[in-house]
Amino acid sequence: MNKLRPFLASCVATPFNAVLSAVTLLLMGWLASDLLSWAAFDAVWRGNSARACEGHDAACWVFIRLRFEQLLYGPYPASERWRVAVVAMLAVFAVGLMLLPATRTGSRRLVGLLALCGLPFIAAPLLAGGFAGLKPVPTTDWGGIMLTIVIATWTIATSIPLGLLLALGRRAELPVISYACAIFIELWRSLPLIGVLFLAVVMFPLFVPQGFESDKLVRALIAFTLFNAAIFAEVFRGGLQAIPHGQQEAARSLGLGYWRTTGLIVLPQVVRIVLPGMINTCVSIIKETTVVLIIGLVEFLAVLQIAFADPEWLIGDQVRQTGYLFAALVFWSLCFGLSRYSARLDRRMRAGAAH
Amino acid sequence: MTLTPPRRTRFALPRGERAWRAFAIQAVVLVLILAFLAWVASNVATNITRLNINTGFSFLARPAGFEISQKLVNYGESASYADVFVIALLNTVVLTAIAIVFATLLGFVIGLARLSSNQLVAGVAAGYVEIIRNVPLLLQLFYWYFAVLRPLPAPRQSLSFFGIAFINKRGLYLPHPVFEPGFGALLTTVVAVLLIGLVLLWMNQRHRARTGSGLHSVRLIALFLLVPPVLVAWLTGFPLSWDVPHLAGFNFAGGLTVIPEFVAMALALSLYGASYIAEIVRAGISAVPAGQIDAGRAIGLSRHAIDRFIVIPQALRVILPPLGTQYIVLLKNSSLAAAIAYPDLMLVFGGTVLNQTGQPLEVMIITMASYVLIGLAIGAVINLANRRVQLVER
Repeated sequence: MNKLRPFLASCVATPFNAVLSAVTLLLMGWLASDLLSWAAFDAVWRGNSARACEGHDAACWVFIRLRFEQLLYGPYPASERWRVAVVAMLAVFAVGLMLLPATRTGSRRLVGLLALCGLPFIAAPLLAGGFAGLKPVPTTDWGGIMLTIVIATWTIATSIPLGLLLALGRRAELPVISYACAIFIELWRSLPLIGVLFLAVVMFPLFVPQGFESDKLVRALIAFTLFNAAIFAEVFRGGLQAIPHGQQEAARSLGLGYWRTTGLIVLPQVVRIVLPGMINTCVSIIKETTVVLIIGLVEFLAVLQIAFADPEWLIGDQVRQTGYLFAALVFWSLCFGLSRYSARLDRRMRAGAAH
Repeated sequence: MTLTPPRRTRFALPRGERAWRAFAIQAVVLVLILAFLAWVASNVATNITRLNINTGFSFLARPAGFEISQKLVNYGESASYADVFVIALLNTVVLTAIAIVFATLLGFVIGLARLSSNQLVAGVAAGYVEIIRNVPLLLQLFYWYFAVLRPLPAPRQSLSFFGIAFINKRGLYLPHPVFEPGFGALLTTVVAVLLIGLVLLWMNQRHRARTGSGLHSVRLIALFLLVPPVLVAWLTGFPLSWDVPHLAGFNFAGGLTVIPEFVAMALALSLYGASYIAEIVRAGISAVPAGQIDAGRAIGLSRHAIDRFIVIPQALRVILPPLGTQYIVLLKNSSLAAAIAYPDLMLVFGGTVLNQTGQPLEVMIITMASYVLIGLAIGAVINLANRRVQLVER
């Protein structure tokens, strides 16, 4: 209540403001009522086939419900989907560990981060199969939200350590290492992601000896890792630059070597500073995963696009619009949640720095 | 974009035992890097001979023999691969330029709206930023292209904007300017008037700075800027007319046709870019200390003068560098065009030409180098602007 009054007062402070508020309110009301009636009140929720939505110019949630499994797993064989569920549970556990409110030291969050980094090494063999009686599933059959998450977690888990090394290398006092890292970082940062993916798909076979087999997903993952490592390197560089040089000198004078100075003195401070930036980069990685559909991998958006083309569902534009709305909601809730979390960390950090 | 060497003392090389260690580490790293590059190069060489791939840039002169849906320069039937490169490059540049203009305009409006004292307006602007920024650009692009533009009606039922512009499923139809003889004279007059006006303005300002008195008349300036061009336009018989598109049979004739792929790309890139630019603008203006504005008010400056002389110059200093980065991001994002088949550099050159010529190495080098060079050019322009607004410490 004590916030409502200044809010209302600010809306009618001057005649111009009052008119502006009225126009905004009208526009928003019109938009919101249209969207709500389209997406909820007039929408088709019940039904077991495309016929339920035919002729209804409103959201067709039946489509999402009937295609839900496909959206989750893509062409992953139905009998093997329990493996994805196992991996998902491990992931939820790791993320939950990381999101727990930090008590005093914040070490639990670090444990969660480590768990998240270790996850791909359990998940990859489990999903691919081919050992201990598990049916092999080629990566061309991975798809849907599952593939989106696989790409995102793999990229985050591999490009953070690589980016950290690059950032440290760029600041090293050894000119060869410093320039090599700088060139690597700037080269990848100046290329568009699609170009990097094209490179990975078309050029990779040229770069390796004959007989060196690798599938498209692996190539795309390598491209994602290198591309985002360069971005993380710049995020870390900002944090490294913020640490006063006296910290390193103090550590040196205590007799600590380079790695112990870096690991025990510098990095703990850097991580606290760059965590918001790191999370923001993770958000952009999650958004970027959609791009792999251009090189023919069937991630979430690609599964949707394929589902729209199914003759059974060629009943009007509402199917497509519902699909996009659903995808937007999925991505938005994930990215918005993460960016809120990052903003909260940022605020807390500033507040901590103030006293 | 620029190689910034690490700060602190520039590579103060250590002495004694540590010097040897540093030298050894670097030598090993250098050898490893060179060995890796040599390994890749030898792989490329063997693969090229094994797969019988042509080398060299002579393919650029060969005829391309495929159609491109948007051509800003028409090379006719026998366009070579070099011509195709120019067409594709122009498509990317035009798209990026238009998206930058609209994203900047919208971004400034939304960024300012977020700082509005009217909390409703500020909230709506914040909502826009939070929604657009957290949804993948590719999804937004698909939405505009597949869910908005493609379901539009056929040409006969086009949506009309005041009878001069039309949009339908085949694209956007805009009036096209037609330059008649005598337009050159008009253009020369306008440019000349502007140049003379700038020189006079500069002289007047110098005079005012020296003596404190001088001309300050908006009416006089307007008269000076308007009368000569209008006079020349009247003498040459108004040499500019508009070719308005009109329905002829099943499609539109005349005017300027913008393909739907371009419209979708421009919409998605502008709206998405605007949400980032809005945040940059907001951060820049918030960075101006409130005390500066209070001080301006205390010495009796008007609201307008405070904005013009205190807020904007200081905010621009904070805004311009990230704005430049954002423009380069926008350029890189324009390569998403491949997803909806807008014929940009990446799709036409890095895709079609690569497949047709079978020379991935050369084609990719040209494509990537083009993106890097355009990015560097954008960076250079922003740096130039940035230098003008930087604080000059005396």
